[in-house]
Amino acid sequence: MTPTLSIEDLSVSFSQRDASLEAVQRVSLAIAPAECVGIIGESGSGKTQVFMAAMGLLASNALARGSIRFEGGELLHADAAALNRVRGSKLTMIFQDPMTSLAPHLCIGTQLAEVLVCHSGLSWRDAWSSAGRMLERVRVPDPKRRLHQYPHELSGGMRQRVVIGMSLMCEPRLVIADEPTTALDVTIQAQLIELLRIMRGEFGMALVLISHDLGVVAGLADRILVMYAGRIVECASAQELFRHARHPYTAEMLKCIPRLSGPRLARLPTIAGQPPRPGELLEGCAFAPRCPLAQDRCRTERPLLSNAGDSSVACHFPLPR
Amino acid sequence: MNDALLRVRNLSVDFGGHAALSDVSFELYAGETLGLVGESGSGKSTLARAILRLLRAAHGSVEWFGQDLLTCAAPVLRALRRDLQIVFQDPLASLNPRMTVGDTIAEPLRIFEPGLNGHARQLRVAAMLERVGLTPAMAARYPHEFSGGQCQRIGIARAMILSPKLLICDEPVSSLDMSIQGQIVNLLLDLQRDAGTAMLFISHNLAVVRHLSHRVLVMYSGRLVEIAAPDALFASSVHPYTKALLAAVPASVPAAGHAAAPAALVERFAAAPPASGCAFRDRCPYAVAVCETTVPPLAEVVAGHWVACHRSHEALIPLSFPP
Repeated sequence: MTPTLSIEDLSVSFSQRDASLEAVQRVSLAIAPAECVGIIGESGSGKTQVFMAAMGLLASNALARGSIRFEGGELLHADAAALNRVRGSKLTMIFQDPMTSLAPHLCIGTQLAEVLVCHSGLSWRDAWSSAGRMLERVRVPDPKRRLHQYPHELSGGMRQRVVIGMSLMCEPRLVIADEPTTALDVTIQAQLIELLRIMRGEFGMALVLISHDLGVVAGLADRILVMYAGRIVECASAQELFRHARHPYTAEMLKCIPRLSGPRLARLPTIAGQPPRPGELLEGCAFAPRCPLAQDRCRTERPLLSNAGDSSVACHFPLPR
Repeated sequence: MNDALLRVRNLSVDFGGHAALSDVSFELYAGETLGLVGESGSGKSTLARAILRLLRAAHGSVEWFGQDLLTCAAPVLRALRRDLQIVFQDPLASLNPRMTVGDTIAEPLRIFEPGLNGHARQLRVAAMLERVGLTPAMAARYPHEFSGGQCQRIGIARAMILSPKLLICDEPVSSLDMSIQGQIVNLLLDLQRDAGTAMLFISHNLAVVRHLSHRVLVMYSGRLVEIAAPDALFASSVHPYTKALLAAVPASVPAAGHAAAPAALVERFAAAPPASGCAFRDRCPYAVAVCETTVPPLAEVVAGHWVACHRSHEALIPLSFPP
């Protein structure tokens, strides 16, 4: 079976004055049809840049190497015309802030219908009625009337529902959701995650969920990739990752999440130190300076992602399963 | 904890006719950490700024050692602000990019302890840098050379160098990564233990607020809707909004299979809350006729547990989770 998205040996660097910053380093991953993959990492870990490269949305000073194939077709370095045959229709992206991803001067109906007019060649009349049906599917109340409203008239959660609807207009094969609920309140966040779950069932698309919040990804993802300093350090099923994290970074990060139960006013567990700065060259494992289990070998020799069944880990001394 | 350090009475703030803060009243005691939670736009930061008179309140009072901060003369306010410090959400934006970190931290000393000579000031700054987990050599560097977590330590050092009686923290960890959040929370806990500083800790992260607060205020649409000790609030919250807020926190460990996320609230379509009655009524599954006409007052339901809900005395059925 051809994976929906297959990324091989992707590196992304940004040239900055006389330096070159490596944001993504030799990332390989495959997303199967209808699979939901969570991407977890701290800011600067490169999690967004991997998928910006897939969408052809990297900044102009970026240099990407490797290969990104969508349903078999190469996307990296493809020209705009080739990209636009899949981008926005079969391969879509949802961004963090629903206010900036909607045009403020166009009503909701126009923005939704436009997708079908551009990509499927529908008439505005037909596209408009499809837009109404889509609003209904993403559970926006009173959809006929909402089509004529503008983004500023909607609450943040409703705006994100519209954006999710927009990403689904052409029945995509893969939706990339980059921190889709980070700008929203926790009550709305839970409802949108639930909506994404329902939409996955209805549309059967593959879904990439990028987040710094493990809780958001946990309930939805079949598989979770953990990124640190531009590399994938661990990959496992959600259950497996939470029960038996094998990379010390994953294990330490799980300990850091403050809980709603347990002792109060005590010191919280932390990971000492800072993640490496972008461009900082480390010979061995990027996590070694902060790792409680690091040994000499970790500081000199970079661990590679090793496969072991369904999970993989990039560590010389992984925790036992 | 008998003597209130800060007594806020009926504080209201209007932005162009829109009530950003309505009738907020509470006390903050010496050495206490008061958590303040609520969604974005609920007025948390407005409350912090109104207390410090960084923006103008429509009415109400903020009593601090017998003085009303909102009406006292400017020189009096300036002198009082020595004991009232704030740490902002965006650690980099709250530091002057053209000042060295040492100058930034020394600035409050220059203003409030002008008698101090340069050398003594440097020693105080060096000691403070070490206190927040940085090194004295970093004083000569500029904010852009630091990470977000380090910048937040610098912001905390600037706020704490005068040993204030009250530290207001406005979402101090929200922009930081998970592995760094705990470092900053621990630093605040240590500083408070050593200096006895009272804190108003604003955050939308309920777990962090629960962890370090002695009491928690819950805010919705510019009003306080519930006040309780963390254990009471997290075990037996009364206001439907608080209940929904707690139910929505994503589980930090996935349950067997894919448990459905609770969707306990009616989601609002329009950007603005209803103009009359309880501001929460259009999202509340328990709303009744009286909620449309009358703003529910904050009333004590159990000792120390205050709720603003018309149905706070009824045993409401638990929030159901519709599909």
